[in-house]
Amino acid sequence: MSDEIKFSIDGVEIKAIPGQTILQAADAAGVYIPRLCAHRQLSPHGSCRVCTVKVNGRPQAACTQPAAPGIIVENNTDEMKAVRTSIVDMLFVEGNHFCMFCEKSGNCELQAMAYRLGIAAPQHEYLFPSRPLDASHPEVFIDRNRCILCGRCVRAAKELDNKNVFQFVGRGIHKHIAVNAEHGLSETDLAGVDRAVSACPVGAILRKRVGYSIPVGERLYDKQPIGSDIEADRSSAGK
Amino acid sequence: MTKPKVATTSLAGCFGCHMSILDIDDRILKLVDIIDFHKSPVTDIKKFSERCLVGLIEGGCCNEENVHVLQDFRKNCDILISLGDCAIMGGIPAMRNNVPLKECFEEAYLNGVTVHNPSGRIPDSPELPLLLDRVYPCSEVVKMDYHLPGCPPSADTIWEALVALLNNKPLDLPYSLIKYD
Repeated sequence: MSDEIKFSIDGVEIKAIPGQTILQAADAAGVYIPRLCAHRQLSPHGSCRVCTVKVNGRPQAACTQPAAPGIIVENNTDEMKAVRTSIVDMLFVEGNHFCMFCEKSGNCELQAMAYRLGIAAPQHEYLFPSRPLDASHPEVFIDRNRCILCGRCVRAAKELDNKNVFQFVGRGIHKHIAVNAEHGLSETDLAGVDRAVSACPVGAILRKRVGYSIPVGERLYDKQPIGSDIEADRSSAGK
Repeated sequence: MTKPKVATTSLAGCFGCHMSILDIDDRILKLVDIIDFHKSPVTDIKKFSERCLVGLIEGGCCNEENVHVLQDFRKNCDILISLGDCAIMGGIPAMRNNVPLKECFEEAYLNGVTVHNPSGRIPDSPELPLLLDRVYPCSEVVKMDYHLPGCPPSADTIWEALVALLNNKPLDLPYSLIKYD
């Protein structure tokens, strides 16, 4: 194919089609670039910065940066791992992440990312912010203590559910997810089966009455690190 | 030859992490071959009388006594380890960190639905350790050298950590032993 793009990630040649981001091309080639706000069925957001790679020596978000011919991408280097560890650390201390009783534990992408990065404990001080909970909806609740502001719910509601439910409000440390209603989630047209609910990578938006249904040891990330599915594509393709 | 000493304590914890120490099962026989337990609920030794190689700290600091014990451990142990999520980040007790201290007392001693307190007073005996304004992770009070996450950390995690440290090897937990729940 004449319009095929070739570039390298950590010295491995990757083929991309024009219009693909670095992250999409890496996924297709079975190379895992860690990410939290990126989601295969949603438009790129570029907010969490966990997918930061070096492109020709400059830090870029792999989920928004287009693949280009001949670029040299550094992904799984000590430097990039340190950057990601620092970002994940900050996400933990900025919220109130009580994994020990969280329904999402074992299936949580933030937790799984920390496991994959080998984080035993964050290196920063915990902020213990005060964040409100919204349990007004009969099927779904929002626990903002666990929100990492990835914006997946905002995008999934708009792009997949065709509903206007979530939006960011505030700036900086005050930024948070708000719902499109005067008195909370129950007044929106959100349904429990909506993609906006299942798209949440953490335990911030959860369906009620289905928690803890999978036993410890059989949950998504109990045995396999996050990203193993993408890396399995690479080994099965014999690349 | 004198064996290295290991001290343990439970601060604002539930003793679940100490249960997990016991959960190493028959490996505890191997362990007492190579170490001595010093100050610990296991031995009921109350005061440090000699230098310890390793101190295992369960729980965060919720009152002044916790802080004193933790500082005492730091003084007397070469290596201090946060044992479990409460020592690392405060854990369940830290859920009060968003509630003003006065409201916590009022809920516990005056307004809670199951409270029976005819005197209507909040206990203030000088014998009771003063509660801190919030629960502090151990690493915010003294320097902690290692962290073993988990609620509780599995027996294997504790075993691997002790074996590595006693053999002067770096503590590198494999994927299967890093758990926050």
